[in-house]
Order: sequence, then C-alpha cells, then structure tokens
Amino acid sequence: MKMRLLSLCLLWCSGSLFAQDYFPENDGVKSKNNNYTVFTNAKIYVTPNQVIDKGTLVIQNGKVVQVGRSINIPKNAVKVDLAGKFIYPSFIDVFSSFGVEQPKKKPYSGRPDQYNSSREGYYWNDHIMPENSANSKFKYDDKIAKELRKAGFGVLNSHIQDGIVRGTGILIALNASGGDAKRIVDDKSAQYLSFTKSVTKEQAYPTSLMGALALLRQMYADAKWYAQGNSETKDRSLEALNANKALVQIFEAKDKDNAIRADKIGDANGFQYAILGGGNEYENIDEIKATNAKFILPLNFPKAYDVSNPYDANYITLEDMRHWNQAPTNPKTLADSGVPFSFTLNGLKSPNAFKANIIKAIKHGLSKTDALKALTTVPASILGKSNQIGSLETGRFANFLITSGDVFETSTILYENWVQGNKNIINDISQKDIRGSYTLPIAGINYSIDISGTANKPKIKIKKDTTVIKSKFSYKNNWITLSFTAEDSEKKYRLTSLIKSSLDNITGKAVLPNGSESGFTATKTASFTEKEKITEKADVFPTIVPVTFPNVGYGFKTKPKQETLLFKNTTVWTSEKEGVLKGTDVLIKNGKINKIGINIKANGAKIIDATGKHLTAGIIDEHTHIAALTVNEAGHNSTAEVKMEDIVDPEHIGIYRDLAGGVTSAQLLHGSANPIGGRSAILKFKWGETADKLIYTNSPKFIKFALGENVKQSNWGSFSRFPQTRMGVEQVFINYFQMAKEYDALKKSKKPYRYDEEMEVIAEILNGERFISCHSYVQSEINMLMKVAEKFDFKVNTFTHILEGYKVADKMKTHGVGASTFSDWWAYKYEVNDAIPHNAAIMQSQGVTVAINSDDAEMSRRLNQEAGKIVKYGGVSEEEAWKMVTINPAQLLHIDNRVGSIKVGKDADVVLWSHNPLSVYAKAEKTIIEGVTYFDLEADKKKRDAIKLERNQLINLMLKEKANGGAVQTPKQSKKEQLHCDSL
Amino acid sequence: MRKLIHIICLVFLSVSVELTAQQTPGKKQTETTSITNAIAHIGDGSVIEECTLIFENGKITHIGQNITPIGKIINASGKRVYPGFIAPSKELGLIEVNAVRASNDKDEVGDFIPHVRSLIAYNTESKVVESMRPNGVLLGQITPKGGRISGTSSIVQFDAWNWEDATIKADDGVHLNWPTKYRKGNWWMGEPKGFIPNKKYQQQLNEVVSFLRNAKAYGKNIPKEENLAFLAMQGIFNNTQKLYVYANGEREIIDAISVLKANDINDLVLVGGYEAYKITPFLKEHNVPVLVQFTHSLPAKDDDDYDLPYKLPKLLVDAGLLVGIQNGSASNFQTRNLPFYAGQVVGQGLDKEKALQLITGNTAQILGINDMYGTLTVGKSATLFISEGDALDMRGNQLTHVFIDGRTISLETHQTELWKRYMNKYNGK
Repeated sequence: MKMRLLSLCLLWCSGSLFAQDYFPENDGVKSKNNNYTVFTNAKIYVTPNQVIDKGTLVIQNGKVVQVGRSINIPKNAVKVDLAGKFIYPSFIDVFSSFGVEQPKKKPYSGRPDQYNSSREGYYWNDHIMPENSANSKFKYDDKIAKELRKAGFGVLNSHIQDGIVRGTGILIALNASGGDAKRIVDDKSAQYLSFTKSVTKEQAYPTSLMGALALLRQMYADAKWYAQGNSETKDRSLEALNANKALVQIFEAKDKDNAIRADKIGDANGFQYAILGGGNEYENIDEIKATNAKFILPLNFPKAYDVSNPYDANYITLEDMRHWNQAPTNPKTLADSGVPFSFTLNGLKSPNAFKANIIKAIKHGLSKTDALKALTTVPASILGKSNQIGSLETGRFANFLITSGDVFETSTILYENWVQGNKNIINDISQKDIRGSYTLPIAGINYSIDISGTANKPKIKIKKDTTVIKSKFSYKNNWITLSFTAEDSEKKYRLTSLIKSSLDNITGKAVLPNGSESGFTATKTASFTEKEKITEKADVFPTIVPVTFPNVGYGFKTKPKQETLLFKNTTVWTSEKEGVLKGTDVLIKNGKINKIGINIKANGAKIIDATGKHLTAGIIDEHTHIAALTVNEAGHNSTAEVKMEDIVDPEHIGIYRDLAGGVTSAQLLHGSANPIGGRSAILKFKWGETADKLIYTNSPKFIKFALGENVKQSNWGSFSRFPQTRMGVEQVFINYFQMAKEYDALKKSKKPYRYDEEMEVIAEILNGERFISCHSYVQSEINMLMKVAEKFDFKVNTFTHILEGYKVADKMKTHGVGASTFSDWWAYKYEVNDAIPHNAAIMQSQGVTVAINSDDAEMSRRLNQEAGKIVKYGGVSEEEAWKMVTINPAQLLHIDNRVGSIKVGKDADVVLWSHNPLSVYAKAEKTIIEGVTYFDLEADKKKRDAIKLERNQLINLMLKEKANGGAVQTPKQSKKEQLHCDSL
Repeated sequence: MRKLIHIICLVFLSVSVELTAQQTPGKKQTETTSITNAIAHIGDGSVIEECTLIFENGKITHIGQNITPIGKIINASGKRVYPGFIAPSKELGLIEVNAVRASNDKDEVGDFIPHVRSLIAYNTESKVVESMRPNGVLLGQITPKGGRISGTSSIVQFDAWNWEDATIKADDGVHLNWPTKYRKGNWWMGEPKGFIPNKKYQQQLNEVVSFLRNAKAYGKNIPKEENLAFLAMQGIFNNTQKLYVYANGEREIIDAISVLKANDINDLVLVGGYEAYKITPFLKEHNVPVLVQFTHSLPAKDDDDYDLPYKLPKLLVDAGLLVGIQNGSASNFQTRNLPFYAGQVVGQGLDKEKALQLITGNTAQILGINDMYGTLTVGKSATLFISEGDALDMRGNQLTHVFIDGRTISLETHQTELWKRYMNKYNGK
C-alpha cells in the first residue's frame, strides 16, 4: 500500500512536470487537471498473457497508474463503466514512414554514370547516410494519424526509408492534441539499414546486392578505424554511425535470404539487427530461427491470381501460386519456431486491410495471443521501449483500445483509441444496440421493422405485410430519424426517437402526413442474431499445400538421402589414366567412390543394372552464372571486395536443368563489367539445399578478372569510366597490384593500417592464395596479363573464354596457365572475329590444360555435346574431349583431388548416360552428388505429373477464392533472368 | 595420342596446300560425278545403303543400288551422303558481328514494311555464312527481323559471287511477328521484371487486320498513287508468296491462324510454335506447317519439362504436322549447329531419318523449294555433301565433299585457315 502511494505520488509529480508549465499562458489563467480517469468492469489485456476479467484501469496525466481487479479508486476520478467491453494496449508499428516526407524516385535516365561521391565531409559512398534523422523531417499529419488510430495504432517508429544506411528514426505517439512536445516519445529511436540504394543519389556503386554487402562490411571496418582516431579528415557519416552504435538497429531485408545475409553482417560487427521480413520466411524457417533476430513482418499477403482464363493462368509459376497459398501461414510458422516477430503496416497500401490480414493469419493457425504480442509487446521490445509502451502495466503510456469484444473478430467494434491519455472516438460507445425486429402500429396499420447490420451502423427494413416500403433512416448519438412513405400513396411519415437505455421498445414522436404529431411505440418482437457467413464456416481449416525443397516446381517433398549404390556392368569413363572401362561395376558408399571393378558385391547396396549405359564423373562447368541473384558489381573498375558466395540462389531452376544435363559442379563467376571483378562461388548443385550447403567446403579461392570490350564498356555507350582502352586495362592491373603490394607490406610490418577488403583480396592473389579466372579474348591482352602477373611474381590460373588462346598457346604453356573456352562461339562481338572452334584442340596440342565451359544456362545443360564438338573440330580423341568437361575443369578449379574423375576415394559425383556421353543422342538418366541422387529420369516424370496436379489444385482454390468475392490480381510471370557475363 | 593428333594435323595441312581460293565460288559442273558405296540419307525418311549417286550439269541423274558409275568417281565407302541442310528464318549475311552496329542490316525502321527486301543486303562474302558449309548447312532463307511485318525474305545458296548468283527463290515470303498477349515488364519504368499482360494486344491485333484488309483492297484496284507496303503484300493474296507468322503462345497461335485464314491468307507457315504441341488438331485442321524453334533452347517457363524444347519437334511430327526446325532467334554463327538441333530430337525418340527431314525435305517443302532442293531425288539439284559419319551427331559430322548445284565447294573458311596457320606456327606439334 505504501509502495502504491509512493508510486502514485511520483506519477503525480512527473505528470505536472510534463505539462510544460513554464510556457506562458496568454488566453486565460494557468490551470492543471490532475484528475484520474478510471475504467471499470472491462476485460483488460494488460499484456497478451495477463488478462483481467472485470478489471479496473486507472490513468492520470497520460499514463497508467494502476490496473487490477480490486483497486481503491481515487476520489477525484472520472469513472467510465465498461461492462462487457475489452481493453487492449494499442498497437505499435516499428517500420513506419508516418509524418516523415519520403524522397521520391527520379525517373530512370539510363545507366548511372557517376562514379564519385557527390558530398563533402561525409562517407565516400553517398548511399551511407547514418547522419540522416527522421526528427529533422518530422511533421505531424493528423489526417493520416486518424486513419492509423482507426486501425488500432497508438505509437509508430518512423524513418526516412531511403539509402543503405538511413540514419535514425523517430518514435511518435498518435496524440491528436498534445503537440509535438508530447507526442515525440524519442527523437533518435533506432538506426535503419537496407540493401537498397538511395533514390536521391546517383553514385553508381553499388550496382548489386553483393556490392551493398561489401559496402556495409567496409563501412563498419572504416567506422572502427575512424573511432580510433586514425583518420586525418572529417567524416560526419562515420561519426554519426559511431554515435548511433548503441541504438537499436533495424534492417530492411524484405526476403528470407536477405534476412540471413543481413544477419551475417550484423553478427560479424557485433550487432543483432531486428529484421524487416518479406513474408517468405516460412520457406527456410530453420535458418531464420538461427539468426536469433526479432522479425518485423509485413501483412501484405499476395492476392489470388485471376486464373479464369487458362491461357493467362499458364504464365503463373507454381512457385508464385504456392506463395499465395502458403504466405498466410508465415506468422504461424515463425511463432511455432519461437521466432519473435511484430507486424507492420509497411507494404500495405492502406491500413484498412490490416485487420483482415491478421484475421487471415489467425485463420491459418496463428494464436490470438501471438497476434497480440506482434502488435504490442514484441514491437515495444524491438524498440527497447517496453517500459513505456506495449502493455498496460503501471507507468506505461495510457495507450489503449476499447472494443466491443475480441479485437481479432471481424464483427468487433473499436470504440475508442486512447493515446497518452487522450480519448479518440472511433465509434460511439454509448450508442445503444437497437438491432432486432419490431412492430410499429401507426395510423391504424401495423408495419413490421427489421433492424440489422452492425450495432453502430444499423440498417433498417420496413414492411407492410410482405411488401418492403421505401424508407430513410439514420442513427447517431442515440437519436433515430426515420421517414417512410406509405405504400399506396405519396404520404410521408416522419419519426424521431431518443434511445435512452436498452429498453425493448422504441418510443418517440411521429409526424403524420397531415402534419399532426403523435407519439409512437415500436414493440420489439425478436432480438437480433448474428448470421455467420457460410463461406467462412466451410473454410475453417484452409487447404495448404506442402513446402518443398526448394519451394518451387521440381522441388523435393523430402530432401533426398545418401545411398549405397552399385552400378553393374557398365562402361565407365574414368577421366583417369585407366581410360574407358567396359563391363565394369562401380560401388558408391558414404558419398564416395568405394570400388571400381568386375563382379563387385556389396551388402545392402541398391543395385542399378547399367548394362549398355555409360557412367562418368559429373560434368564441371568452369564458367556459369546460373544460381546467382546478380552477376556484376559494375560500380567500380575493381570490385575484388564483392563475393558471389553472398548471392547464391539455391532455388534457381537452372540448377535442376543442369542436373538433368549431367552437371554436378560449377564455378559461379562474377561478370565481366570490370577488369577486377568479384570473388567466385564454387558450387555443387545440391538441389533442395540452402545456399551455404551448395558452396564447396574449404573452397579454393577464386576471383574473376576480365579484359577487352566489356571492361572498356565498348558496347554500353558509356565513356567516362576508366579504362576505355586495352592500354588502360593494363594500367588498372598494375595500379591495383602495386597498391595491394604496398598494403600487404604495411600490414605485415604490424604498423597501423586501414583494413581494406579489396586490398586484402588482391594481396591474396599476390601471395598465391587466390586464383584468377580471367575473361579474355584477343591475344594481345592475354599476353599482357601474363606479363603483368610475372612482373608481380605470380601466375594467372585460368583464362576463361580465351578464344584467341590458340594464337599464344605456347606462351600460355610457358606461363603455366589453363584455358576454359567455348567450343564454337564466335562473331558476336568485334573481339571474337578470330575465334575458331579448333581453339581447344590447338591449345591442348601445346600442353595447356583445357576445359569447355558454358557461360550460358542453355549450353551448360549440354556440355557433354560441347565436348563432342571438340572431337569434331580439331580431332581430339573422345577420351581427351571428355576430360575437358570433367577432370580438366576440376584441375583448373583445384578440386581435382575431390571430383572430376571416377577414382576410388573421390566424391561420388557421377552421371549415368543412356549413350556415349559425347553424343547428341545421350541423355543423363541419373545425376548423383556424394551418393545422393539429385536427378533421376523416372523421378522427373513423377515430378511433372505432381506439378500438373498441384497447379490444378491451386487454380481451383484460386477460382474458389474469386467466387467467394476475394480480391484477385492479374496473372503475371515472375521470371528470373538468365544471366551472362555482361548482365547488369 | 599426341602422335595421332600429329598425323591428323599433318594430313589436314597437306590437304590445305592443294586447296586454295577459300570462299571463291566453285565452278560450274562440267564433269559428271558419281558417288559410290555410300549410305544415302535421302531426306524424305528413307535410306539407301550401298548407294550410287550420279549428278551432271548440277542435277541428280541417278540414285540407287547397282548403278554403274560414270565420270569422276568418289568412293564413299563407309561414308554417308546427305542433301544440303536448309536454315530458314535467318539473318545470315545481314549481320556480321552482333555487337558492331555498322555490320547490322537486319532490322529496318517501321512496323509494317513488307516492301523491305533482305536479298539486296545479303552479303555473299560473309565469314559467318562461309562457316556454315563445313557442317552441311548449304541453303538459307535470309530474313529481315523486327517490327510487326519485318519485310520480305529470299532463299539463297551459300556459295556465290553476289546476291543475284546466290538467289534460289527471290522474295519468297513476308514475315509477320504476331503480337504477344504477355510482354516483358519495363523494369526501369517500375514494372516487374518478368512477363506482364500486354494491354495493347487486341489493339495490335486489330492493326494487323486493318493492314491486311487495306492491302487486299488496294490489290483489287491498284491506284496510280503507289503504296509500296500494300503492293508488297499482293503476292500473299495471289498465293505466289508465303506468309510466315511468328507466334509461340497457344492463344496467339489460335488468334494468328484464325485471323489470317479469315482474311483469305492460305499459304502460311507458323514460325516458333512453342505451345503448338497443345493444339496440334487445330493446326492440322488448318493445314499449317510449323517451323518450330530450335531444340537448343531453354524452356520458356519454370514449370515446363526440362526437355520440352528438345522433344517439341517430335511432339509435332507425331501429331502428323509438317515440321521444320529454325533458329531464327539465335545468333547467326549458331546456325552451323542446325544438324545437331535435329540430332537432339533423335535423343528424344524420333527416328533418325525423320529427324533429318526436319532440316532437309520438310523444310524445302515448307519453303516451297522442294521441286529442286531438300532431298536426294533424280531431277533435283545436286546440293549435297559426303560425311565421314552420322552428320546429325557432333562425333560423326566430318565433311569430305560438298556440292551446291553440282559445283564443288571449298570446305575452307576463315576459321580453318587460322587453325592451319597456327598449327603450322607450332610445327604441327
């Protein structure tokens, strides 16, 4: 009791401090209102888990003073009886733009051509703007605030949604009357980040997601360096970044994989970001959980597609159809896995759709408690403001909703939304529910009246016998106004009535057609009963199709398992000195080639009769861009800091198609937009696994370099970025290698140095730890790079494309570089005029290790045929040609100790072919990686049937949704682009 | 192994000394030539083993077993003879290097320009055209691209001094790109990157109809004031030229065929036909042949069978349609892979001889040059080649002799010259 008095006292004090009483008052006397407001008899959700039936809530000066069941009500209290009503803490949105003007996107004006920063005294990259502050742009907008309050919101955290680092947010209470002094809860409430460039800045870098990732990594390193006082120049961005370090950090990821990417950066720099999700987190829930992040979820569930036209329906991928079906389960899936999340209005066109979508999530299994948490306690805790908002515990803001019932029921009415103790009426709570059936005797005729609809906005139907009569009706502030015309005449009756209490009958004054007035009484004959919608009943448990791995067409229902496999009596292309072995058995066990021989026996092995068929090592594509989200970081002429490993897309259908063409491994290369490109990802095509599991363990380190037309931007119409000539290309290399050499020397001297990821990577090349795969065409530039490398005392590992390699094959042999080329491409650019299909054969004749690559999603799945062409052009033997797509690329990639041939102890990455694999007639029947069958011709047939069935099932569900009045969208085909070297 | 390559190279090098005049057109046939002991793949679905084939004055005079050879004899024992492959819907000789704008003559300004003719821009000296021949691709339909009606094509043979020499059939057909119901979003204007509905489809369709009707009306009473575009359409209406209509979607194909037939255009060919397999009875009913997209393509939709492009020609052939393969959307240089596009269908279960028809007999029939080309038939042009092995497979496609209209054609190219020059530099090592 004493405690209570004390706290009351404290609150009272703070209340009066809050009143800005040092401000002059010129329109009257200074006055204070320290009265209490007390709400009684309500069902009070103090928190989602603490619910008080018939509870009392005491507020004063905008805050909760007390809440509980038996409470001593102070004498100077205004009492509100809320019998039968519910009280909830009002909702919070942590990802809002309310009151903060958002920068507008400029119209597209071609590829960006500005490579330098436009600012002075800030970070070198314009898209890093931690110095930005929503506070400086805040202007309260009551019109929007009103809409938000109507949707149940009390507090929002708003920020400038622009740029990669976006600066600080502002926490606002939607208080209509207190002024900014009251409604600004915190003017520096969190720092926001994203992967998206500023729409107001033109600086080219970063042009890609991997560039944005690299930029963030470098930025954090620079901030640390700056904080240690190492910089001689002023950088207001880094200062702001360091000043914002202690704030909550919120990352806009908008996608499950981006969430994981963001989280990794956070982890590496000592931040646990809260993450704005994309609604597809359910597809990879284990990885999402492992981030340990709190999520902010949009409620923009996709609309069903209008599939009534079958031709149009054809364009929609199964992936998109499924997402429509599965997305509403996203909140439930996160809740089931214990991932904390809040909801946001972000992504919704209007707050009006908000409630319906929450109810949809609940219908898809989300508990109401978790839904309420996502709107109150979780957002408060994300913002670190649980002691001020998100619940109705003592001391919190008096931010609460008064409703007619359960807030998550469609029919529930929101009466009032109190913000900081200020009442905002949404629907009149005092209005009596007059719904029901009545008889009205008037002028000797008995009319029957039906009042239905919602309690606050009822509708009326008047009948004489069975005929409906025209009428006008309004019901506001408990006053009824009703006029109707008698059926058989023009005579109008006018009635008014003030509803005083929940009496059964309605009484009032009637004005008759002749102008005379009299009293009337409408006698209640029946109470109103809510009709349940039939469709809702039928749909209590929505049909949800299962998630597959990956969650696209041709995904696995359950991930395939490693098996012990025995291939019997087959032709084995070993790609080793043993050559091609006929009538041979191969045993695969524990993911490795276990035995090669004749009449092998193995207990428990699955036996595959491969008579007449051919078994080879899996094809390795030295140069691919499938399974990448982006290919080029084109913002600088050197981008060694970016990593293809950051942007692997394990759901790309190209992976499955490559498997169907016998490809098991590939180097995912950066594009050729710049002389020094990004680092490679070397992948195994383990369809159904996550990106990290596709990347080789202990992967050899590679980087893409490029020469010629692409790096000169010859075919872009861009003329400002160095280099524009082959002469300049050489200078870029010499410049960067020299800088890296100096950097490495400084680093090794143990003197202080500014960590530079780009220099670190280039120094790895100089130190022989990282290998170059260089896009190259004409002999002059090929020769040049070898000479530059020799000057810096290292070897170029691979020339890729290398279409004029045949002209300098002897020099390549001397240098010790390998070649990875096309079989027969030429004539598409000026620099490939002298490309010849005999290139591979000539280089091979000079002792160069030669591989055949694709750089193309279509050709990649037929690399066996491309190897066949090497037999045709230049007369290479079949055995040697086959090595050009297996062991040779393995050697070039430094993975030949693991893959590339059929040899005991190596990874069981094998393909079973129907014919000689070099033949155009050959089909891959099984493609196996580490003993796991990822492609099987028979399984593929079943998958096709399953896709047809599932598409049809989902189409029928969408037709049903449309028939039931659900919103639909026009069909479209979200297609992943087929990327090449010069894709931007 | 090294030794073997050594020998092969030496053989080639010694041969090259005799052969000069790369890209110099062969001289008119003066001596009767007999190819003996060959496996002859006729191009009409049949094969003749132990075949003797005789041609004189550029025409095949005899073909069959037990024929006494006359004139110059080429013993093709263990080898195969094929009719020259035909590449329809190509911009060969209209573009030399894709990225060099100055070398690009395939797409003229304007939407309805049937009067624009490819033939006069066809470059007989093209290095890319020359590179077709060592793989057996000897004829092509040179086709303008772009716009709604791109222009008028002509059919040429690939060994000529100038376009007049090259001509097999001048101005053989007009090429119409049917509008598409879905189009790629303009991402830079904020549209999604994938495919979105083309709201102008019906309007674009109406424009086609309007053009056709006007062109036809014009032809009924040609006024003094000449309209080049309408005039260029008259061959379509009097059945002396074909209309090639490019469409891939099921809906677009149905619209195209229905609209064109309703406007009395009877001699038409469907080009593309990605979804033609879904409506084969419709195509059969309207007697529309298909120049189907080449097999070395990716499926257009993620959920499509991975091998749909591979088997597409087979699905159409099995349904009884007249089918040829074109690679109109690919780069010119790719066209030398035409035999392998056909080979790919064999892997899908189509009979080898039927696969061969897709690039020989069928194509000639579709293009309307089957009176002289497309099959090894007495009376037809001696446009044929001898291959060491199966010409539809990379491993067998090794040409030893090529003839166009009976003329002996060089197998040398810019590329083989470079090969030999550099092998020579390395002393055949």
